[in-house]
Order: sequence, then structure tokens, then C-alpha cells
Amino acid sequence: MANALEAKNISVQFGGLLAVNNVTFDIPNKSIVSLIGPNGAGKTTFFNVLTGLYKPSAGKIVYGGKEITDLPPHKIAEIGIARTFQNIRLFGLMTAQENLLVAMHSHLKSGITATILRTPRQRKEEREAEAKAQEILDFAGVGKWTHEFARNLSYGDQRRLEVARALALNPKVLLLDEPTAGMNAQESQVFIDFINKLVAERDIAVMLIEHDMKVVMAVSQRITVLDQGEKIAEGSPAEIKSNPRVIEAYLGKPKAARK
Amino acid sequence: MAKTTAPSNVAKSNRKWITGYSIIGVLLFITYQFLLPWEGLPLGIYDAIYQWMPPSAINESLVYIIMALGLNIVVGYAGLLDLGYVAFWAIGGYCAGWFMSEFFYFLNINFLGSVPAEAPGIHINFWMVLLIGGFICALFGILIGAPTLRLKSDYLALVTLGFGEIIPQVFFNGENFFGYNISNGTKGIVMVDPIPVGVKNLGPFDFGWKLLIFLFLTAVMVFISLRLRRGRLGRAWLAIREDELAASMMGVPLMRTKLSAYAVGAFAGGLGGVAFATHVNGVYAERFNFTISIFLLAMVVLGGMGNVWGVILGAFILSWVNGNGLTAFGQLYNDRFGTDIDFASFTFLLFGLVLILMMLFKREGLLPESRLKLMLHEGELDDEDASSSKKKVGK
Ligand SMILES: Nc1ncnc2c1ncn2[C@@H]1O[C@H](COP(=O)(O)OP(=O)(O)OP(=O)(O)O)[C@@H](O)[C@H]1O
Ligand SMILES: [Mg+2]
Repeated sequence: MANALEAKNISVQFGGLLAVNNVTFDIPNKSIVSLIGPNGAGKTTFFNVLTGLYKPSAGKIVYGGKEITDLPPHKIAEIGIARTFQNIRLFGLMTAQENLLVAMHSHLKSGITATILRTPRQRKEEREAEAKAQEILDFAGVGKWTHEFARNLSYGDQRRLEVARALALNPKVLLLDEPTAGMNAQESQVFIDFINKLVAERDIAVMLIEHDMKVVMAVSQRITVLDQGEKIAEGSPAEIKSNPRVIEAYLGKPKAARK
Repeated sequence: MAKTTAPSNVAKSNRKWITGYSIIGVLLFITYQFLLPWEGLPLGIYDAIYQWMPPSAINESLVYIIMALGLNIVVGYAGLLDLGYVAFWAIGGYCAGWFMSEFFYFLNINFLGSVPAEAPGIHINFWMVLLIGGFICALFGILIGAPTLRLKSDYLALVTLGFGEIIPQVFFNGENFFGYNISNGTKGIVMVDPIPVGVKNLGPFDFGWKLLIFLFLTAVMVFISLRLRRGRLGRAWLAIREDELAASMMGVPLMRTKLSAYAVGAFAGGLGGVAFATHVNGVYAERFNFTISIFLLAMVVLGGMGNVWGVILGAFILSWVNGNGLTAFGQLYNDRFGTDIDFASFTFLLFGLVLILMMLFKREGLLPESRLKLMLHEGELDDEDASSSKKKVGK
């Protein structure tokens, strides 16, 4: 199975702190892989590198056979790597629909003149984009909030809307940073079903950062464990569960087991 | 929690404004073009109009409105602070000075101009000069924006401030700009060509007809603002205003999107600059100073950032107070109470006071954009809804 994305020997340095240390990580096509580890392990930082927010101090990232290490964030998003944020970062005072339309920005073409003149092509493009946005909103289970400001949605719906917004980029790789944080067991289950459905129906690979072990064990084909910036284990859920180094990393810092 | 429904219906009603706007416009035009010169008009009304809102004042306020609408795109839509907007006003003005007057007397270029073909100087048709001024300003907007928009917003504000100081200074000392006279310096460029409208040419005293022209230009700016706001670019501007980092992660190119806000805003500055030159029938370097930038910013803030109607209201009120209102009020006051107070000299004190009061009590402006109102009261809202909103929202 080919890889949708490959990160090779990535290191990230913040002053004296090596937040990510020589981590190699790949995301196979149409798979769900997870990245776990105690607080401060460097998981979010790794996401930030993959999405171009930080440039790695060493290593390279290959996507679809091309190196993308030096692309700016919006380019990386445009070519198909989408993400959500650990702390929800929706455009709170834009509607759910507008949130998705912003994410479609790079795929829409209308320029200033076409927008001012509302050319038939521009109107058609907008209509189609709105229809597609609605389809994604429905798919993500927030279809009834189309014209609601994002900040007015419930917490769970905001999480879903953020995933929907990422999907509006039509990504090949979807990076989810603690998507079930703050959800109860039932909501988490709905979310697990949603992710499974997503990967089953679309040509997409999902990488998950997650603290909820139930979710991680349920959806992941492969789990990678980071501790203090280093990859300490990688394998199937069963392998990870019984890996002594992983147990130590977690039990050694009990407060980190769950935020 | 404050429940606001999103503006889905607002979008649809955007077209209706044209009717209302046209009616008001025609009424204004009739008043100034026909009613005012009419002999049967009671002297009291005539005097009142001349004292409180003479023809030149209403035209000038329209020029301010055009400018403020342009600045609103930069500040209100994209959330970029621009403290040097007067630079575009100046550049637009000098475009009128260069291309619609006898300033370049040693040339004889006439392109659909409104003066005889043999008149010296460059005489290009007003409507084209509007576009030329707009585009030259847009170009300057990009030139100044390209190296600076990467900066954090505070630094950006400082750079725009510098730009707003430098450009007028260049014109002020422009009698010898590397050996060339580009502005006549402090003497200014006096007499710009009249505005051709087919049947006649509108000179400096055709206030009524020029009112119509300025109303039209304002409408164009409103139209452009509303259309852009609803489209792909407007959404990206708003997204940047809301959360720049998230916007870039969603595929919005920050530089290009900010630059386009700058360019469109600057374009409006050019339009206004050309219009202003025809309004005062000349270009005078000393008029383009820093206070204008702040004045325009105050208009945008007072009216309600991001909402074109709010900005129009803000610009109208402030330019009126500055132009006529305060003087007229002062006269009234002095006559009644036998005092001798120079009210006009308190203009900026008044503005400062108004802005402070606004910031304290009505930060979102007089006619705020609904979402901005929410944003500015976010702190207050968050306190009360931190615990309750998560469950209660929705219906
Ligand atoms: N921009 C930054 N500048 C300096 N240090 C940073 C920066 N971002 C992250 N760090 C540090 O890098 C380390 C890894 O942080 P990161 O956010 O990646 O952890 P994480 O695994 O996502 O943790 P959590 O589970 O709490 O989200 C932490 O020590 C953090 O303080
Ligand atoms: Mg994190």
C-alpha cells in the first residue's frame, strides 16, 4: 500500500528544546493512524510541521511523491493536507457555511471583477460551492446549522464543524488534533463511526492525535507513540497496549494519562 | 447567550438598497439643483440650507464617504490597520492634476477631454482619469503592501503611517523632484478640467450636477463593497480578520488576500482623490495631512467597521461636523447667548471626546456589522456563557 504522506527524520527545535527529535512517520493511503503520547510530547508540534506552520530544523516531508517541506501553509492546504486544531479555531463570527466556503477558497476561481459583476460563471461557482458545503455539513452531522454563526454551535457541533471545514478542502490527508476532547462516551462513539465512514467512503487518510485510549484503540490501524519528542514505539493497537516502554512513558507521568 | 441569527437574509436584501438610495439621491439632487435656486423658495429655508448644509458641504461629505468606504475594506473587512490612507487621496488628486489640467503646459495631449483640443497640457476624459487614478493608487497599495503586509499588525500600522507622511511630503516639495516639477509644490495645481457628462461640462460651480456624480461614485463603492463582501474574496478577508492562522491553514494565501484588500481600498482612495480635485477645482499639497487619515479612520470606527451603511453614516456626520455643522452651531450659539466662542477650533477636541465615549460605551459603532458587535462584546459574553452556552445553544 502506498503512502499518502511521508515524514522523514523530522526534528523541530525551539531554542534549547528539541520538541520533535528525528521522527519518521508515514500515513498509508486510506488508513487511520494515531499519534499518542503524554502532554508536551510534541504531537501538535509534529502536526504544525506537516501543515507548514513550522519549518522543521531537519528532515523532509513528501506528499504524493513530491517534497513539500518548504511550501507555505496555504499551499499545503490547497494540495490536500487539511487539519483541525486542538483548541477549536473556527471563524466564530462566520456562518457554518461560510466557514466551509473559506476552506474552498483555493479551489474557487472567481476574481475581483467576476465577483463585482456577478458573472454567470461566478454565480454558478458560488451555487455549486454552497451545495457542496451543504453536502459536507450534512455528512458531518451539522447540516441544520448552515446559516448559524460557528460560535453559536454547541461544543460537539463545533468539533464536527471543524472537521467539516477541513473536509471542504477536499483533502487526501486529514489531520485531527484531539477531535474527541471534551466529548462524552456516546459522542465519542458517534465520532468513531464518522471517521470510519469517512475513510470507507472517500479517498482519504486520517491521522489522529488522541488522548482517549478507547477511541485510539477502536479506530487505529497503527499507533505511534511519542515521548519527549522521540518516537518510542510504533505498531498495531495490540502491540502498543503491551509495549513496556509505552506503559512506562504513561505510568511514569500519571497526570498525563488523560488531560 | 446573545442569540444572533446569521445574515443569510441580509445577503438577499442587498439589492433593495439601490431603490432607497436612488430616491434619497434624487431628492437631494432636486433640492440642490432646482429648489435652492428657485425664486419662490422662502428665504428662511434658503438661509437655513446655506448655513447648515450648503451645496459644497454635501459634495465634500460625499467625497469623504467614498474614501471611508475604501478604508473600510482595509480596516473593516480585512482587519488591517491603515494610518496613512491620505496618501491615496493625494495620489488620486495629483492624477487629476496631471491628467486634467494645463499643468504639463509643454505638452498637448487631449483624449476626449472637456476643453478645446488646442489647450496646452494633458486633458484626459474625467471618467478615464477616475480609473487611472484608481489603478495607480491600487498599484501603490500593492507596492507599499507587498513588503509590509508580512509584518505584525502593529508594525504595519507604523509603516502605513510613514507612507501617509512621505507621499504628501513628496508632493509638498514636488516642485523639484529630482529636477522635475511634479506638483507645483505649495502653489498647487489650480483649475482642473470640468467633468464632461455628454450634454454639458460640469465646472466648479455646478454643485447640483456634481452632487449627482458623487452620489453615483458613492453608489459604485457601496455596490463594490457589498458584492465583494459576499464573494470569495470577502469571505477570505473576514476569515483573516477572525483568525489569520486558521485562514492560512484552510488554504487562504495571506499575503495575496491582504494585498487585494489593500489594492481595492487604495483604488477607492484614487477615485475619491480625483473626485475631490474636481470638487475643489485644484490640487493643494497642504490639504493632504495626517489628520485626514485619522479623520477617515474615525469615520469608519464611528459608523461601524465593516458595515457600509454605518461607515456612510459615520463619514457623513464627521465631515459635516468638521465642515459646517460646528461652525453653524457656533454661530447659532454665539448669536443667542451673545458669546464669542470659536467653535470650529474645537473640532478635534470634539472628535477625541466622541471617540473616547464610543470606545467606552459603543465600541462597535453607530450602525455596526452584526458580527463585529458580537466580537467586541465577546469578553462580556464569554463570562456569562462559559458554562451555559455549550448545552443551551441551538433551539
Ligand atoms: N511555538 C513554540 N515555541 C516554543 N516551544 C513550543 C512551541 N510549541 C510547542 N512548544 C513546546 O514543545 C513541546 C511540545 O509541545 P506540543 O504542543 O507539540 O505537545 P503535545 O504533544 O501536543 O501536547 P498536548 O498533549 O498537551 O497537546 C512542549 O514542551 C511545548 O511547550
Ligand atoms: Mg497538542
